Amino acid sequence: MLNINNTENIENVEFTPELIGKFNEIVSRYPEGKQKSALLPILHEVQAIAGWLSVPSMNKVAEFLNIEYIEVYEVATFYTMYFLKPQGKYVLEVCRTGPCCLVGAEKIMKHIESTLGVKEGEVTSDGLFSWRGVECMAACGNGPVLQIGPEYTFYENLTEESVNQLIGKLKNNK
Amino acid sequence: MTRQLLLEHINVPGINTFEVYRRMGGYSAVEKAIKTMGPEGVLEEVKTSGLRGRGGAGFPTGMKWSFLAKPEGVPRYLVCNADESEPGTFKDRYLMTYIPHLLIEGMIVSSFALGAHTSYIYVRGEMMQQIRILEQAIAEAKANGFLGKNILGSGYDLEVYVHPGAGAYICGEETALLESLEGKRGNPRIKPPFPAVSGLYNCPTVVNNVETIAATVSIINDGGAEYAKIGIGRSTGTKLISAGGNLNKPGVYEIELGLPVEEFIYSDEYCGGIANGKQLKAVVAGGSSVPILPANLILKTIEGAPRLMSYESLAEGGFVSGTMLGSGGFIAFDEDQCIVRNTWNFTRFYHHESCGQCSPCREGTGWMEKVLFSIENGQGRSSDMDLLVNVAKNIEGNTICPLGDAAAWPVASAIRHFRDEFEWHVNNPVESQSRNYGLANYAIMANS
Ligand SMILES: Cc1cc2nc3c(=O)[nH]c(=O)nc-3n(C[C@H](O)[C@H](O)[C@H](O)COP(=O)(O)O)c2cc1C
Ligand code: SF4
Ligand code: FES
Repeated sequence: MLNINNTENIENVEFTPELIGKFNEIVSRYPEGKQKSALLPILHEVQAIAGWLSVPSMNKVAEFLNIEYIEVYEVATFYTMYFLKPQGKYVLEVCRTGPCCLVGAEKIMKHIESTLGVKEGEVTSDGLFSWRGVECMAACGNGPVLQIGPEYTFYENLTEESVNQLIGKLKNNK
Repeated sequence: MTRQLLLEHINVPGINTFEVYRRMGGYSAVEKAIKTMGPEGVLEEVKTSGLRGRGGAGFPTGMKWSFLAKPEGVPRYLVCNADESEPGTFKDRYLMTYIPHLLIEGMIVSSFALGAHTSYIYVRGEMMQQIRILEQAIAEAKANGFLGKNILGSGYDLEVYVHPGAGAYICGEETALLESLEGKRGNPRIKPPFPAVSGLYNCPTVVNNVETIAATVSIINDGGAEYAKIGIGRSTGTKLISAGGNLNKPGVYEIELGLPVEEFIYSDEYCGGIANGKQLKAVVAGGSSVPILPANLILKTIEGAPRLMSYESLAEGGFVSGTMLGSGGFIAFDEDQCIVRNTWNFTRFYHHESCGQCSPCREGTGWMEKVLFSIENGQGRSSDMDLLVNVAKNIEGNTICPLGDAAAWPVASAIRHFRDEFEWHVNNPVESQSRNYGLANYAIMANS
């Protein structure tokens, strides 16, 4: 749900010349006048910096692409990879679809929930973690699997122990 | 050992680099196509090969290409569908990760045949690593004169770009994919017009799956007639199968179409049998959308003939006792798996992924999800199975895109073949919470 008046909706991405340069390179992949095609890749770039998409950031993207604000909102609310509110620094996204459940994905999700002590979609009090179930990630041969943005690194053949190790490692990273 | 047309060099160290790929004979199809065949020649070979789309529908690729409209002065596009999100399918990720230049080479020869000068690879957004790998491969191909302006001095120009999705299964549907590529929500378009006439930016467009495009390379190198010799009947060539679920050796296998299903599941060359010494209960043979079959019907047709991994053999018996090859996402269920729970899980998936444009799909998937959830949680009613069949029937064929059908078939087939298990859940609400039903009751099924 997109709440435009949300107080969390601060301007949280600086549109530096470097970033604008990157945006321009993306726009150049599409024909003249079709710059709106660059919207999805540009939103990925913005989210990679701030961890989520705030309304002021989306408005700036709209202004850059010379499209209406609503054209950005309707895209940002449609696609599941875009976050419309702040997340943990590390978002653990576990595949919850059939083939992974055949090899124990539900057990892994329960384990993550109890280890982190937060429900799906909530952020731990130290701000480090949130988690959620996502649909098939096209890695079913090595289930259970989870991914962590913004690089979308994959962790496959998960066990409770390997999840513990991963969480421990990320905690030490800070 | 099966002929490996796609994965032959997959284990060669460094095959992901241009240098090694080239040394192993890579990009010879581009040279042959551009220098000696011409666009029409490439199209003829692809037609002769009998290659059928590997994305799920199995539509003949040569025919699809020949439908492409060619109005003067209007650009044409080739768009590669690398959205790979059909549950159970993970072959395209594998191919792009380990042998990215095969896809790039296929993109060049296919674009050349279609007369496209700008082509896109639409990769699902979560595959950030594969996006990087492909961008690297494109840069290498360009640096070596196989992409860009005046390729191999022929005067043919081509740019290939990678475009990321952002997490929406529906964007695998080709018209939703084009909407998404235009920077919009992934709402499928009403057809006609088909993309071949009005696709990306309202220009004539061909959308093909990763594996389809990769397969054109060996068709050009060896000729369409050679390709057509492999396989069985109208199922020509090789196919990547993503094998998952309760198997000893899950993974991606390149098979010759026509391989017996039994050999694929049990032989050590392929999946090596069911994991943990258990018995096979059921198989979803072509990605979550296709009908589920109990073990007896996946191994043999209702007539008792061995079931083969081919478009025709898997479909034998229609939806009464057959299924589909689909995307080749092969999911094996052992005796401990609960069909009701899996059907609920798949239905939740389709409800979550419905774009919401058509009420039968939007409302029907949600309704089925709720009913299945209540059966799974010991609150089912004996009328629920007929209700589910009825809802599924009312979605099927009544929607803009095939996601509606894809949501209806798993439910209808699970109840057709495993009705006893659903009834057991309804009649044993307490017991069904603590143990699974076990193997299917084949006696009931054979008579139904
Ligand atoms: C809901 C839905 C999802 C689809 N997902 C994919 C997909 O992830 N990859 C794919 O290649 N085709 C997918 N398809 C099929 C495409 O619409 C299209 O038929 C295919 O890309 C054509 O390529 P092909 O002829 O090479 O198979 C999907 C279809 C539907 C209805
Ligand atoms: S069938 Fe479902 S996914 Fe397809 S267009 Fe209709 S609502 Fe959208
Ligand atoms: S079902 Fe989990 S990756 Fe496919």
